[in-house]
Amino acid sequence: MSLFPLQLRDVVFRPNGRAVLDGVDLTLSGEGITVILGPNGAGKSVLLRTVCGLLQPTGGSLDWGGGAFDPLAVGMVFQHPVMLRSSVIDNIALGLVPRGVGARDRRLAAMAMLEQVGLADRANDNARQLSGGEQQRLALGRVWLTRPRLLLLDEPTSSLDPSAVEAVERIVRQIRTEGTKILMTTHNLGQATRLADDIVFLAGGRVREHVSVRRFFSQPASVEARQFIQGELPWHLAF
Amino acid sequence: MASGLLKRLLPALALTATALTVQAGESITLASTTSTENSGLFGYILPIFERTSGIQVKVVALGTGQALDVGKRGDADALLVHDRAKEEAFVAEGFGAYRKDVMYNDFVVVGPAADPAGIAAAKTTDEAFAKIADSGSTFASRADRSGTHSAEMRFWKAAGKDPEAQAWYKASGSGMGATLNMAAGVGAYTLSDRGSWANFKNRQDLKILFQGDEKLYNPYGVILINPVKHPHVKKAAAETFINWITSDAGHQAIADYKLHGEQLFFPLKEK
Amino acid sequence: MGGLSQAFADAFLLLLDFDARVFEIVLLSLQVSGLAVLIGTVIGLPLGACLAVGDFPGKQVAAVVVNGFMGLPSVVVGVVVYLVLSRSGPMGEFGLLYTPSAMVIAQVVLVVPLMAAIARQVVEDSWRQYREELAALRFGWRDTVRVLLHDCRFSLSVAVLAGLGRAMSEVGAVMIVGGNIDRSTRVMTTAIALETSKGDLPLAIALGMVLLVLILLLNAGAFALRTSVMRQFE
Repeated sequence: MSLFPLQLRDVVFRPNGRAVLDGVDLTLSGEGITVILGPNGAGKSVLLRTVCGLLQPTGGSLDWGGGAFDPLAVGMVFQHPVMLRSSVIDNIALGLVPRGVGARDRRLAAMAMLEQVGLADRANDNARQLSGGEQQRLALGRVWLTRPRLLLLDEPTSSLDPSAVEAVERIVRQIRTEGTKILMTTHNLGQATRLADDIVFLAGGRVREHVSVRRFFSQPASVEARQFIQGELPWHLAF
Repeated sequence: MASGLLKRLLPALALTATALTVQAGESITLASTTSTENSGLFGYILPIFERTSGIQVKVVALGTGQALDVGKRGDADALLVHDRAKEEAFVAEGFGAYRKDVMYNDFVVVGPAADPAGIAAAKTTDEAFAKIADSGSTFASRADRSGTHSAEMRFWKAAGKDPEAQAWYKASGSGMGATLNMAAGVGAYTLSDRGSWANFKNRQDLKILFQGDEKLYNPYGVILINPVKHPHVKKAAAETFINWITSDAGHQAIADYKLHGEQLFFPLKEK
Repeated sequence: MGGLSQAFADAFLLLLDFDARVFEIVLLSLQVSGLAVLIGTVIGLPLGACLAVGDFPGKQVAAVVVNGFMGLPSVVVGVVVYLVLSRSGPMGEFGLLYTPSAMVIAQVVLVVPLMAAIARQVVEDSWRQYREELAALRFGWRDTVRVLLHDCRFSLSVAVLAGLGRAMSEVGAVMIVGGNIDRSTRVMTTAIALETSKGDLPLAIALGMVLLVLILLLNAGAFALRTSVMRQFE
């Protein structure tokens, strides 16, 4: 029944000859927040999409705790979430539609979730008119409502201002407390230190390190990791 | 949003749908010719019939040939057409229960006022048609198996001319009105029934150049579609109409119809 | 050229002299085409959406057929529907020929492919936006059809208007299956054809002008409705 431990063995994604994922080996436990860090083009987004089942790997395998991949147990929030041309409450309930939840039950669940993510007073507003941070919270709530076992987040706060970042991180922590496993990517090293339990360092389509967050930042094992941390640091300090 | 609009639209259109299919009172379908429709005759006599009988006569105006086909398929209850030979064959083949004489009018030959073929001077129909062929003047033909077209073909044959595939012969394949439009447009001769011509408003340069020959006599007959072949035919209502139009009352109505003071159709007494 | 302008002048004067029979003809045109487009919406829009996002056997064949039928000449549809509804035809027992119902049927056949083809394009364009998100939320194609039809509801009005335009302006099909019977199956287009064949060009043009104004009003109304409602959700 459990999806974990999720084991990626030698996962390759080579769409046009170019190896975006070049032999990823990774084992994920069913608890906590794992943050994937890495330079641009390392394949972080592609890795998430592969785990989500949106991309088929060219090679390698994914082992879901010995069982089959259960799509309804894995959810994903994208960097720029899309909003339907309808209300906030209709948008947040969207994930329940393919799960066969009736309109009335959808509405009830949606109202509760809107409270959780702090959008209850905007329930009937046009979802497309929300700010970036509000839309990101809505997207999070939308997937959270489907109670996934594994939640994937692709750069959830990359375009948000600090207060919006904080609001989103608060929700992410709540989801973690509920027992959902979270796998996320970010450019924000500060966010990584705030949220991560463990860090996966991805460079050149491969996992270079997978260690606890404390260990990664105090004693990065690889050269690339060291350079990465140092390269990013000034940007992080300015934050 | 859409659902709200639909909720209001749906009953209106459902009501429409029922209104479109439900017919108030009795009716029959009469397949007839464009000449009777275009002359305005039906517009005058049918309301009279409807007043006395309560039966609405729905007229589908086609050419005689088409009307006979519609009758064969059983899509009409009665026919009113003008091609004696074809009518009698129709009954003989069992598609019609019987035929009766109704009325007659005549054909006229119209053409450009300048009359390049000089048919105004012709003494007989044969001579008129021969002159048109010999002079190579443009002739517009209906070419649609209608009563008028059948008559036209008879006239060519009697005149000993074959217009088929000649450059001056324009076969339009359409009703009287469309053919008259074409004749007016290109300055051609054409054969028309008097009724259609009388009611035709786009004459331009056209006028009647030859008329009065007894060969141009054009009788109309009414046929009851054979209920044995097509059981759904509204026999009683159709016969009410047939009996009326061949009665004194019907004859009176036909004779009373005048366009610009001119009587267009003349009742035929059953012999 | 004098004849043409005279005809238009006469037509305008005729229009001022409002006629009850013209009203009858206009009403029937709206009823027949309106009902045909309503049925066309119910069948054609979901059909188009299914062709855009669906995953079922025979989808490619269906798409080709729908596109092909979009170009069907109205006379051809008229003849085929006539033969089907004729007393000697497969559906003769219903006695639908030469009734407004037959005209609605013929126009539905004309309108569905057009509306489906437009809906398909509209939904396809929208799907490109939502595809990844809906896939991540595990939407099957049937649920996707429903969601996208609702999401594209404003753009789909284009399909409805196109269908209405096609239905109201066609003459071939309704002439053949309706018979252009006075006070029974005479609509604007067949009335125009009849008056033209009687050489009564002013009246034909007058009716043509009424038809044109009608179609413009319908389009304007749809536009106004769409913009006012769209402000809420675009």
